[in-house]
Amino acid sequence: MFEFERPHLNYEEIVKIIEPGSSVLDLGCGDGELLYRLKKEKNVIGRGVDIEERMIMLCISKGLSVFQGNLDEGLKDYSSKSYDYVILNQTLQVTHKPVLVLHEMLRVGKKAIISFPNFGYYKLRLQLLFKGRMPVTRELPYQWYNTPNIHLCTRNDFINLCRENNIKILKEIDIKSGKRIKKVLPNLRATEVIFILEKED
Amino acid sequence: MATKTEKNTRYKDKNSVGIVKPKDFTFAHPPDELILDSGKKLGPITLRYETYGELNREKSNAILILHAFSGDAHAAGYHSENDKSPGWWDSMIGPGKAFDTNKYFIICSNVIGGCQGSTGPSSINPETGKPYGLSFPVVTIRDMVKAQYYLIKHLELPFLYAVAGGSMGGMQALEWSVNYPDMVKSAIILASTARLTPQGIAFDAVGRNAIMSDSNWQGGDYYGKSIPSRGLSIARMVGHITYLSDKSMTMKFGRRLQERETYGYDFTNEFEVESYLQHQGDKFVERFDANSYLYITKAMDYFDLGERYGGLNNAFKRARAKFLVVSFSTDWLYPPYQSKEMVFSMMKSGRDVSYIEINSPYGHDSFLLETTRQTKIIKSFLDSIDV
Repeated sequence: MFEFERPHLNYEEIVKIIEPGSSVLDLGCGDGELLYRLKKEKNVIGRGVDIEERMIMLCISKGLSVFQGNLDEGLKDYSSKSYDYVILNQTLQVTHKPVLVLHEMLRVGKKAIISFPNFGYYKLRLQLLFKGRMPVTRELPYQWYNTPNIHLCTRNDFINLCRENNIKILKEIDIKSGKRIKKVLPNLRATEVIFILEKED
Repeated sequence: MATKTEKNTRYKDKNSVGIVKPKDFTFAHPPDELILDSGKKLGPITLRYETYGELNREKSNAILILHAFSGDAHAAGYHSENDKSPGWWDSMIGPGKAFDTNKYFIICSNVIGGCQGSTGPSSINPETGKPYGLSFPVVTIRDMVKAQYYLIKHLELPFLYAVAGGSMGGMQALEWSVNYPDMVKSAIILASTARLTPQGIAFDAVGRNAIMSDSNWQGGDYYGKSIPSRGLSIARMVGHITYLSDKSMTMKFGRRLQERETYGYDFTNEFEVESYLQHQGDKFVERFDANSYLYITKAMDYFDLGERYGGLNNAFKRARAKFLVVSFSTDWLYPPYQSKEMVFSMMKSGRDVSYIEINSPYGHDSFLLETTRQTKIIKSFLDSIDV
């Protein structure tokens, strides 16, 4: 098994979104740094879920409540609408069943916050077009043979998926190299995207 | 390895609690006997216990350690300068260790039904002047915890900063958190379950059968005569298998033969694993009472935390403690899936809980062996408790 470093992407923007005192479930919480910040800065009642023992240990050492589990098993043991926010930061692309995870997030949470690297980013396209090689960037630093990312998609792919599944996009935040950018040609210019989602009844 | 002539000085180590002295507390004198789950009464009751570290002025740093099936009150330190081995959880209790005696006041008591200082079937029944034997009432995990409650009151502790235990100790910690919710600020449950699996009950039944079919058992009335050592030894051998794993046995013994190169084509203990089990069985007979084996395994078999409270979710709704639940990947006696079920029930009931599955080859015994990772986890967890 490879062990991956998980960069602390998009924390600033996600912290801004969450209202103080919310209850938050962070799926694929990694070392717990985001939850820790949310606890400190937004006084949230938080819980993390991660599959790696090493990450769970780091979370516990920060005094966080965490559960070691596999997201692909779903969230069947979580009650419906039991969290204000369910966060999936930089994790969608490593799940085996991204659509199941998405539906489960929207069942358990009143709102879902999801962020992922945009595979439509122009530099990725150019690398493939001109070099004829699998793209490698700051956000996607892996070689094809050691990447944990098995379900990459573009911003537009994701929006399409939401439309097909009656998932309402409440807000979109486009990021380029860690900084928020205006929504101009986002599928080309954004390295990362963050969506706030809600399930349409 | 230490040679025989070498004097043991480990009690002087800076991370050892040093020489410790067990104490006894006797209560429930008739007519105020303890009423047990079975409806029967028991009294007087003596609890053997040890304490390590200092109680702070606010009395807010007490941690109760709950021992597993064959454990006792001697959790850490040495009883004398000549004591060869320390208490059963010495790796985790002491200055700077997981249960840091520089910070916490640690208490550990032997369970009722036991045979290592607390009242059990081998104790003298004051009414008859003879050992109880099978006239000792059947006790449950809840009864064990009830008795400990009297000890905690006797020590004048307003609450417990934490209760912690592995295996049967975890069962007691769970019972504490649900039955005395205001007394328990946090609970650490290692390699345990909210109810024993039928597989676990089955192994206990084999152990009890081995003891009861030993002709020396005599309906439990063997005190002062020949003891059912064969039966008790076999019970321990079976038990010991359940504490290990396929992986740990392969690592430890493989198919190696004991002090020989070739098969003897007979029925002596040829394989290393055989003589290991034999050794474990023989050693156990020297320190454990066969009737206690029956009583304590029965208590574990009966344990079903949710049963008295209208289901597990309702049980955990009563609790106020913050929980830490730890399971071990190769533990097939108290399998991780059971810990997970328990954790989900805690979550559904609104409890604050962390769950980790430690990847370890040592089976159920992992909670006694995986010191480094458990230390790190338990230390941080204890630091995060507000009282």
